[in-house]
Amino acid sequence: MDLSFSAEDNAFRHEVRAWIRESMPTDIAAKAEIDAHFDMADVMRWHKILFARGWVAPHWPKRFGGPGLTATQRFVLTEELELAGAPALSPFGLSMVGPAIMQFGTPEQQERFLPPILRGDEVWCQGYSEPGSGSDLASLRTTARIDGDDLIVDGQKTWTTYAQYADWIFCLVRTNPGAKKQAGISFLLVDMKTPGVEARPMLTIGNTPAFCDTFFANVRVPRANLIGPLDGGWTVAKALLGHERTLIAAVGPSQRMIRRIKRIATDTTDGGQALIDDPAWRSRIARLEVKLQALQMANYRALAGAALGHAPGPESSILKLRGSEIYQQTFELAFDLMGSHALAWFNEPGVIPELEQWVASGYCYNRATTIYGGSNEIQKNIIAKMLLGLPGA
Amino acid sequence: MNFELSEEQQLLQQNARAFVKQRSPLSRARKLRDGALDRALWREMGDLGWLSLPFAEDVGGFGGNFVDVAVLLEVFGSTLVPEPYLASIVLAGTVLARAGTPDQHQRWLSAMMEGRTIVALAHDEPGHRFSPRPHSAVAVAVADGYRLRGRKEFVLGGQHADVFVISALVGGEPALFVVPCGTEGLTVRSIRTIDGQGAAMLEFDSHVPSDQRLTGGDPGDALDRGLDAAAAMTVAEGLGVCRSALELTLSHLKTREQFGVPIGSFQALQHRAVEMFVEVELVRSILALAAARADHDNPDVRHHATSSAKVQLAMSGRFVAQQAVQLHGGIGITDEHDIGLYFKRMHALTLAFGDEEHHVRRFGARPAFTDLRANS
Repeated sequence: MDLSFSAEDNAFRHEVRAWIRESMPTDIAAKAEIDAHFDMADVMRWHKILFARGWVAPHWPKRFGGPGLTATQRFVLTEELELAGAPALSPFGLSMVGPAIMQFGTPEQQERFLPPILRGDEVWCQGYSEPGSGSDLASLRTTARIDGDDLIVDGQKTWTTYAQYADWIFCLVRTNPGAKKQAGISFLLVDMKTPGVEARPMLTIGNTPAFCDTFFANVRVPRANLIGPLDGGWTVAKALLGHERTLIAAVGPSQRMIRRIKRIATDTTDGGQALIDDPAWRSRIARLEVKLQALQMANYRALAGAALGHAPGPESSILKLRGSEIYQQTFELAFDLMGSHALAWFNEPGVIPELEQWVASGYCYNRATTIYGGSNEIQKNIIAKMLLGLPGA
Repeated sequence: MNFELSEEQQLLQQNARAFVKQRSPLSRARKLRDGALDRALWREMGDLGWLSLPFAEDVGGFGGNFVDVAVLLEVFGSTLVPEPYLASIVLAGTVLARAGTPDQHQRWLSAMMEGRTIVALAHDEPGHRFSPRPHSAVAVAVADGYRLRGRKEFVLGGQHADVFVISALVGGEPALFVVPCGTEGLTVRSIRTIDGQGAAMLEFDSHVPSDQRLTGGDPGDALDRGLDAAAAMTVAEGLGVCRSALELTLSHLKTREQFGVPIGSFQALQHRAVEMFVEVELVRSILALAAARADHDNPDVRHHATSSAKVQLAMSGRFVAQQAVQLHGGIGITDEHDIGLYFKRMHALTLAFGDEEHHVRRFGARPAFTDLRANS
């Protein structure tokens, strides 16, 4: 057992850190400093900067334009980007539909869709959930009926994050209403500019415009946009969910939050005493930091296993579960430390310290982390069945 | 970075598993509750080299490290092996090895590593919680040695000990003395403990010859290292305990039927079991850090690792133990069922060498905790 990174990996870490310092535009760095919300323009600007350096898709194979980094280097790169507070890239192209197209797409589809994802020329969103189909995704009702060489799509998708900025959407659609649930579903790519597609943004409880409802009315899509066979979309969807997710623990963002928590606790006084010097507050911060430390070690275990080419072990299944909860707890603690400042909601600068400005919004919005990507309750169902061998209901 | 066990460590794990299966299954822990120690088995552990595992070769040890010890103790925890490995080898042994001279190692450490004697550290005092220093036990220089006076409580392994290492103040500074059982003026009272492993309460007003004062190293540092090593290794044993508690619980959930189905098919119970599983994995993860750094020379690094692990064990281990009893239902409350043995041992482990509050405070008191330049 050896907990240290190799000299080569440490050198790579320094290279990444120095590059981030030099390459991050000052306005983005200023937002990163206070973990302000990045709008889509910031995200795509950063995407293109990373693309120019060859680091936008560390997990992509070299033949599709990936940088050919080792598993540990990929981890280090992502960890450094997180610790620097860099904008999180849109995952829908790079981490979701991209790998699905690599695995199930034809050479023509790969050539058509992968390069623009990599360059950041085409932005993607995800059309999975529907108003009546959340955790029970396979009950979805958006239909696509065959009409010659085309499919005609009708229905509604929801929680289509940033659909208002997207050029393309990948959808699960029902192509065979007679088949049972999973069996009649196809995986379809739809150009958002197609007549009949409409994305209506809605505000989240964090007052950010992250979500949309996306409507399809008589939308004509070429059959060539199917990924995988007709009625074979569920297999694609499952593979997409199963793609490597070692960084889902959000350790880097939580570490940044712990540091912010300590800064807030140092700057906030009660009767002349900084909260960080109050034993009760300090204990609460310490407990949370310990929990994060344990999670980080679990994350390292998953990484070290992946670096040796092992299949994900039991430790990786807990990463999403605890990672999402701990990230929420960091926002909750920051929110609590702020006292009355936590009441302030999107005021002009000066009402509360700059460092605290995005905490309340982040606290609210990040209630989503235990819901998206399969709610934590669904994750527990899966762990109970797959890892603990508990009987089905 | 690599979390794999070496070939030697895998072999040690296999041997230890085979050993406890044959020689110390859970039924033995039950039988030996509040009872005498099996000296032959302790000696056998010495022959296997396990009692010299963490000690350097220059003191006659095996030259292993605390990752090796963690491998062994996780297995011991899985069947609640009652031998005082943590208290004697890890705690008292580390202190003796760090503070003793070569002559003193020859005199006491060698016999301990062979399994011929059992050594216990008498350190905790009434009125102080998990302090790394002695407070009211004092030794005053007299002709040919010292007059050592004081009381020590909850000396783990003390009811079996042949030899005590006793901490006391000399001129306000920590010092360590080796005091054999039977020394005039030393009373050892055995007490029962929640986990059935027992302890001793000591009172002493004894003459101790000069050559029984440990003078080979800084006593304060030796105590701090011994307590850190012991705290880190409780997490290893605790991992074994909570793994077994989870296994017993899962097997109960799969076989116990109510309403005509196995109760493990109920989602409320499944989710609880998953929470237990997650906590076990977190203990396993943080143990890697604690085991690797339990003997780190930089106290800040050592304290960070051991206190994190001890806090995580307290949070996770207690949760797993409590929920294991809960999911067993009424049978879990009976003394007859084994789950209670794991429940109680877990509580002894979370208390030993610093409880949750103690280690939360120590974690938060490190200079690095408030150094906001880090990580920027």
